[in-house]
Amino acid sequence: MKIQKSTTFALFAVLELARDPQAQLATGEIADAYGISVHHLAKVMRQLVRAGLIQSVRGAGGGYKFAANPNRVTLYDVVSLFEDNLASEFDVPGASVGTGIGRALQMVGDEIEDLTNATLQSITLATLLRHAARAEAAPTSTEIREIVSEGHLEPLT
Amino acid sequence: MSQSDTDLPEKPEDSTGAPPPKFSIRQAAANDYDCVVKLDAQTSGVSKPDYWREIFPQYIAGDENQRYLFVADLDGQTVGFALGEVRAWEFGSPPCGWVFGLGVSTRVREHRVGSALVKAMFDRFREDGVASVRTSVSRRDTLNLSFFRSLGMTAGPYVQLEFNLDEEDIGLDR
Repeated sequence: MKIQKSTTFALFAVLELARDPQAQLATGEIADAYGISVHHLAKVMRQLVRAGLIQSVRGAGGGYKFAANPNRVTLYDVVSLFEDNLASEFDVPGASVGTGIGRALQMVGDEIEDLTNATLQSITLATLLRHAARAEAAPTSTEIREIVSEGHLEPLT
Repeated sequence: MSQSDTDLPEKPEDSTGAPPPKFSIRQAAANDYDCVVKLDAQTSGVSKPDYWREIFPQYIAGDENQRYLFVADLDGQTVGFALGEVRAWEFGSPPCGWVFGLGVSTRVREHRVGSALVKAMFDRFREDGVASVRTSVSRRDTLNLSFFRSLGMTAGPYVQLEFNLDEEDIGLDR
């Protein structure tokens, strides 16, 4: 399954805002944090507002705030706003569905689609953010290499 | 797998702002049988007293066999249970904890009873020296999938496969 840039941008924005529901962030701040196009992100933000996931904040500072419950909103809820078809990449032409091979391939495609949907529908924003926090606390592979090269740890052999 | 509480906020409060109820977790005993059967029937929708009669002695025996049945008590009543064990060397998998039963009374949902039961199981498995814990949930059971993911569980390295025995075998020369 290959998702569009809009979907990825939407996930970045929703998760960044859900991380601190009291905070308000401007489109530019989120775009800078993730190295993405402000112009493209602005369109995505408008769609997220229409979906009720975030709300725009008027007045000095402006920006957006998270407007939903991170324990209830799932990755699927966000992804499905921007992806018309979450079906598997296995596109079995109609004429071949009547063949044994066509039906068998469709079965594999259905399995992939089912697993994809089950994964996206079972990960809430809150759960994803917990994984993010753990990832931020763990050293990156570059940092590990630096620690080893500075002699603080023996490399694994 | 029975229904359980779902992804929860850090400090759940009810609409009155009252603090969450205090419950305790303990190893089940023989006299918990009726309660666990009733809880399981309520939460799973399937009453299975024979199943529980057969496995109870194995899961309340103590530490030796690495099989555990924990229950949660609230105000003198048992309101939840978790069933688990250590399994080893299934298709090369080193010893691993398994949580394969969970039920929480509907009247105490969303007060982290399920989380506490499963975390007690995780702690027990740690004491047993295993490095990981698994569970198996229907891909259509979004509630339980979300719940276990909220505890940090992610898709494991094994794939569950299934065959419908009503169908004709394939790949076998007859």
